[in-house]
Amino acid sequence: MKWVRNLFFTSVFAYLYLPIVVLSVNAFNKSRYGLAWGGFTLDWFGAMFRNAGLMEAARHSVVVALCAATLATAIGTLTAIAFYRYRFPGRKALKGTLMVLMMTPDIVLAIALLVLFVAMGIALGFTSLLLAHVTFCIPFVVVTVSARIQGFDPYLLDAARDLGAGELKLLTRIVLPLLRPALVGGWLLSFTLSMDDVIVSSFTTGPAYDVLPLKIFSMVKVGVKPEVNALATLLVLLSLVLVAVTQLMLKERIRYATIEESDAGAAGAGPAGLPDLGGREGVRLQLDGVPARIGTGEIHR
Amino acid sequence: MTPESMTRNATTTLIGAWLVLFGVLPILLLIVASFLTQDSVDMVRFSATMEAYRRLLEPAYLSVILRSLKLAAVTTLLCLLVGYPFAWWTAGLPARYRTPVLVLLMIPFWTNSLVRTYAIRIVLGTKGIVNFILQHLGIIEDPIRFMYTDLAVVLGLFYLMLPFMILPLYSAVEKLDRRLLEAARDLGAGFRTTMVRVVWPLTLPGIMAGCTLVFVPTMGLFYVANLLGGARQLLVGNLIQQQFLNARNWPLGSATSVVLILLMAVMLAAYGLLMKRLARRMGGDT
Repeated sequence: MKWVRNLFFTSVFAYLYLPIVVLSVNAFNKSRYGLAWGGFTLDWFGAMFRNAGLMEAARHSVVVALCAATLATAIGTLTAIAFYRYRFPGRKALKGTLMVLMMTPDIVLAIALLVLFVAMGIALGFTSLLLAHVTFCIPFVVVTVSARIQGFDPYLLDAARDLGAGELKLLTRIVLPLLRPALVGGWLLSFTLSMDDVIVSSFTTGPAYDVLPLKIFSMVKVGVKPEVNALATLLVLLSLVLVAVTQLMLKERIRYATIEESDAGAAGAGPAGLPDLGGREGVRLQLDGVPARIGTGEIHR
Repeated sequence: MTPESMTRNATTTLIGAWLVLFGVLPILLLIVASFLTQDSVDMVRFSATMEAYRRLLEPAYLSVILRSLKLAAVTTLLCLLVGYPFAWWTAGLPARYRTPVLVLLMIPFWTNSLVRTYAIRIVLGTKGIVNFILQHLGIIEDPIRFMYTDLAVVLGLFYLMLPFMILPLYSAVEKLDRRLLEAARDLGAGFRTTMVRVVWPLTLPGIMAGCTLVFVPTMGLFYVANLLGGARQLLVGNLIQQQFLNARNWPLGSATSVVLILLMAVMLAAYGLLMKRLARRMGGDT
């Protein structure tokens, strides 16, 4: 039976990777059309960098992604912390809204935001694009951070407050450092979602502010363009790097003062069955030691 | 007021305001727009009408919606048929192999979906690699035309949406207590009985979640239909895009979007009902 399983896995991964591998290999192919190997060349990469429109769109994409990821992480983290710490009226409604936002098809969100921007008189361009990207990234950050916050020891906050810490100190010295892997994970996820986004960007950006996926879309609609192959290869490489970084973050070792933890339950990633789309599952904190002893905890999957 | 309650109020107000302004309000505006009249200058005129919904029922639009539903259903089914064994077998792997497998699954997922769709075109084209191999092996003479067909669109959609199906399935399968399977076997259940009476009900939430995440969003992926499909492979997303960007018929585009929202609501309601029924069934047994 094992060979069936292995064959299955191989087939699925072959299907998943074949297109992008072929694409990447073709980026170095001298011949413009077809698959016949015409010789190794870096010409297409050169052509890609010389394409001013493409490079400008790439720059725009990166700028928006950086800003959107940072803003979304900030708002999303505050949201996750608020859900964990406080009981307030409308808590359930807010949670529901976040879930609905995450599951809404991109196109519905895109159109709705377009209608909003036009109704509010916001011109379509960088601002509208940024607002849109931040909005769809927030739920993913909330899910990512919430998963990690489940393992948080509330007594740490009480202890700190007894020692005289104010709200700001609590946040910056205790909560945020412990949440750091989730913050980075959420940031990376938001960055990726923003860079990848096609549908929402199609409707919420203006003619003056082109972004990479849209530029690629207009280029490939008319046919094969070797520069796009080169660009695609770079983007695949980028995603590889991002996934690697995320994985490394998860394996991080941290040191922290602990109080004996009784329940070592694994953290979930939200309602049963709904995914943590960063590809990470809840983090289980292994806590050891008695009060006032500094212990080493290992964060692992 | 204590500092804590001030922080609480400030934070929750900020978050609430953002989500209401950019999450709830746009959807409400969308629904309102679907009941308005088209205007060539201002996009909409504030006179209420059911015109948009009436036009949706015309054969031209209705057939697109129905065909789109078909494509989405086929894609969801394909994702389920491939995703379930994948999740099952991955959960059964020794711990040190599980992470690499999931990471390998994630890498394509984190690559730009437009680039991936474009890559499928290279694979399926007449000069693409599938035809290349088939011709070289002598299996076929002339290249098979995969592109611009239902098949191409489904393959593209499947390619993009598979991780969305696998993740909730994996989550559900991983939580499955293997001892339950042993217990079933001890009580004399065969493979089929175990699957039907034990595994299926316990993983059903994961299946429903996966289907919810795949089915409706698939209908919005207009660029897949643009790149891989022909004139007959329009998705609901293409309709919406055309109405908003080309035809400037905002009410009609909004009404079409509302259809998608309703479909999503139905699926979420079904999911909720299922969870309640399962909780009752499993919680009630002693």
